[in-house]
Amino acid sequence: MSLPSYASPGERLWYYGFRVICGLIFFFLIAPILIIIPLSFNAENFFTFTPGMLALEAEAYSLKHYRDFLTNDSWQQALWNSVKIAPLATLLSVAFGTLAAVGLSQPHVPFRRAIMAMLISPMIVPLIISAAGMYFFYSRIGLQGSYIGVVLAHAALGVPFVIITVTATLVGFDRSLTRASANLGAGPMRTFFKVQMPLILPGVVSGGLFAFITSFDEVVIVLFVGSAAQKTLPWQMFIGLREQISPTILAVATILVTISILLLTTVEMLRRRSEKMRGMSPG
Amino acid sequence: MSDAVHGPDQVTGATPDNVIRNADRAARSDDGPVLAADGRPLKQSLNRALRTQKLRALALIAPLLLFIIVTFIAPIADMLFRSVENEIVSETLPRTIVALEGWDGGGAPDEEVYRALAADLVVASELKNHTRVGSRLNYETTGISSLFRQTGRDVDEIGEIHADQFIELDPAWEEPATWVALMGDEGWIERQADWKDRKDAAEAEQEAAETRVERRALDFTEPEPRFRLSETAQQALPRTARIYAQFAQVIQAEESDSPTEEEPWNIVYQALYEDLSAGQGQGYEGRLSELVSEARDAVTGFEDQDIKTYFIEEIDEDWADPKIWGTIDAFSDRYTAGYFLSAIDMQLTPQGIEPQPEGQQIYGLLFQRTMFMSLTIMFSCILLGYPVAFLLSNLPLRTSNLLMILVLLPFWTSLLVRTSAWKVLLQEQGVINDILVWIGLVGDGNRLQLINNQTGTIIAMTHILLPFMILPLYSVMKTIPPQYVRAARSLGATPWTAFWRVYFPQSVPGIGAGCILVFILSIGYYITPELVGGTTGTFISNRIAYHISSSLNWGLAAALGSILLALVLVLYYLYDRIVGIDNVSLG
Repeated sequence: MSLPSYASPGERLWYYGFRVICGLIFFFLIAPILIIIPLSFNAENFFTFTPGMLALEAEAYSLKHYRDFLTNDSWQQALWNSVKIAPLATLLSVAFGTLAAVGLSQPHVPFRRAIMAMLISPMIVPLIISAAGMYFFYSRIGLQGSYIGVVLAHAALGVPFVIITVTATLVGFDRSLTRASANLGAGPMRTFFKVQMPLILPGVVSGGLFAFITSFDEVVIVLFVGSAAQKTLPWQMFIGLREQISPTILAVATILVTISILLLTTVEMLRRRSEKMRGMSPG
Repeated sequence: MSDAVHGPDQVTGATPDNVIRNADRAARSDDGPVLAADGRPLKQSLNRALRTQKLRALALIAPLLLFIIVTFIAPIADMLFRSVENEIVSETLPRTIVALEGWDGGGAPDEEVYRALAADLVVASELKNHTRVGSRLNYETTGISSLFRQTGRDVDEIGEIHADQFIELDPAWEEPATWVALMGDEGWIERQADWKDRKDAAEAEQEAAETRVERRALDFTEPEPRFRLSETAQQALPRTARIYAQFAQVIQAEESDSPTEEEPWNIVYQALYEDLSAGQGQGYEGRLSELVSEARDAVTGFEDQDIKTYFIEEIDEDWADPKIWGTIDAFSDRYTAGYFLSAIDMQLTPQGIEPQPEGQQIYGLLFQRTMFMSLTIMFSCILLGYPVAFLLSNLPLRTSNLLMILVLLPFWTSLLVRTSAWKVLLQEQGVINDILVWIGLVGDGNRLQLINNQTGTIIAMTHILLPFMILPLYSVMKTIPPQYVRAARSLGATPWTAFWRVYFPQSVPGIGAGCILVFILSIGYYITPELVGGTTGTFISNRIAYHISSSLNWGLAAALGSILLALVLVLYYLYDRIVGIDNVSLG
């Protein structure tokens, strides 16, 4: 939609006006995330730019909030808990999810719609309802306030993402490849790991990344299902924001933004690779 | 050469050629079904193959399905169950509820009901259950919780007067052994005696072991046999037997003690007094018969206690209040609609279903507010998302991919990061107010109150949910062929008409998908409203969380959750009809 040379002044005005509006909306989307990055280097315990920061004086900036994050016990404990919970939950959802996605993409699956609806449901049900149900049920069976309980709950939340990404990858999967492999004498396991798995790996990995970020970012479920011993990074941030708001949160937030940029790049690269492998886009 | 005549045609067995030939032959001869290579009918063979395929698919899905059912579906079902479950009242106050059946609802009930309540509450307070049932009923009528707690402290004095008189009559009534002989099943008494012998032997052995160098802990861990009532006691002294059995159970289970060593509760003597006054107590033999008949003759001269008066005058005058009794009566069923009624600002009273008093109707308002704010957020998302999606779908791919990062980065950034950003920006001393003051739009004295109210929630949530509007819109707009708008323009339409009459109707499915997605996500939101919503900007989900963790009214939390769940499922069904589950795309 480039502007034709015969455009009237009104059209010109609208063309540029529209772009300015869109620019403002993009600004609205991205500015809040970017603004916390400079604020996290604030030398003072303020949440706003000090005059020194605006004048770009070197001493107005400092790493003290990062230092606090790295030395404070409760932040370190929270980080450690997140690191312990998320990978295990991801592993569970990827293992079960991939297997089920392979099953779901077979040509004849009885009750496919009902099964799909059940497997996707953790993504649809509002988190507060899942949290309430899990809190009631897990305290009945003694899992409330335990590491296993939180891991299982997070794995359930991650499952729909794995199912969706892996089944999407399997849509373009050429079934004759597995038949050829079976024809050449490979057993089902060998066929899966040597032929099918390498082709759907990008989908599995990006599903796993979604599951990981879901668990790593999740706070509602862990607030209810976990106890103080399972305090994760988002939980610590939530408490920090609700009770004593400390600028260390901004340092943590900046670190998390960096992580999400890395993840976004990875997923985008995987998507391109997957499309290339399945010949869906030229190069 | 004659050896070589065994060409391919002479090979018998299930070669592909032979199978086809057999099938042909069978088809030509028309007699019987088409056969597969192994001689079975082809249809059957195909069916079997299909069944194997189905089973294999199900076997692959089964582990995950089981996992989700245990970790997710069961909790949701549990929540639905809890929203109607109400066993605590009927389990804790069984006698009272039976006795209350004859109550007409006006004025205080009869003495009989108070006697039943006394027995129930003695058992409950020994089991420490009375505070639980008190707080359950307190959800319906405030004040019941403290009433029950107070009563639990005083109720064990009921029957003291009877106990004293029985013991005065014959000191044997004080002996636990008398009661065991009177109430216990003969088999149980034998087993208990046997257990006691073995325990004593083990203790003696340990005693002896203490003199040695190696001392061991007592390794006799077998529990005392569970107390059993005798048939005779159940028939001769029904009330006494029932309460004594509960006494024995509490003593054994809760206090790990033996009924053979504990004097019964006062209320047991009161029950005995009632049984004997009613002329019961026949059927005993020997010494017990003498004891019982002696007591039966004496009870006519005993001083009785008016329990109704004791409850009302000594414990709390609220026990005369028909409202309290009405609440107990209304919530005596095992399942109740009470929580759902509370969730829609109604209440269950002895007179039936009535609306809550004016000042206590908060949930209707809260649902309305949740709806209103979700709709506002949805419309702001359309307003901001539509132009961006339009621009993205009409730019060259390279540029739009670059700009798409600006949409996807917030999508991928932690929710708490975005919420903290808004908390920082919107504060009174925050960046936005600073800028506004600096520009001169507002004075330093009257900075805008942007956070801890509805404005804060709406701004922050619009930002958080905007990518969920842009992505479906973009994917729909990408499929709209640009020729249509061009054709409209060349036929003389103004840019506005071309957009409104040609382009916009084609983008409506995208708007629908985005709206439902944003709406579903926003009505269940908890974290952001909790952090930036203050008191006026909170959603129904915040109330659910409050009932789970602060007020501990789990039933009401479950009922509110069930209503919200039903709402989301209806919306989701619509989403499925418009977009389809399988078309959920993830960026």
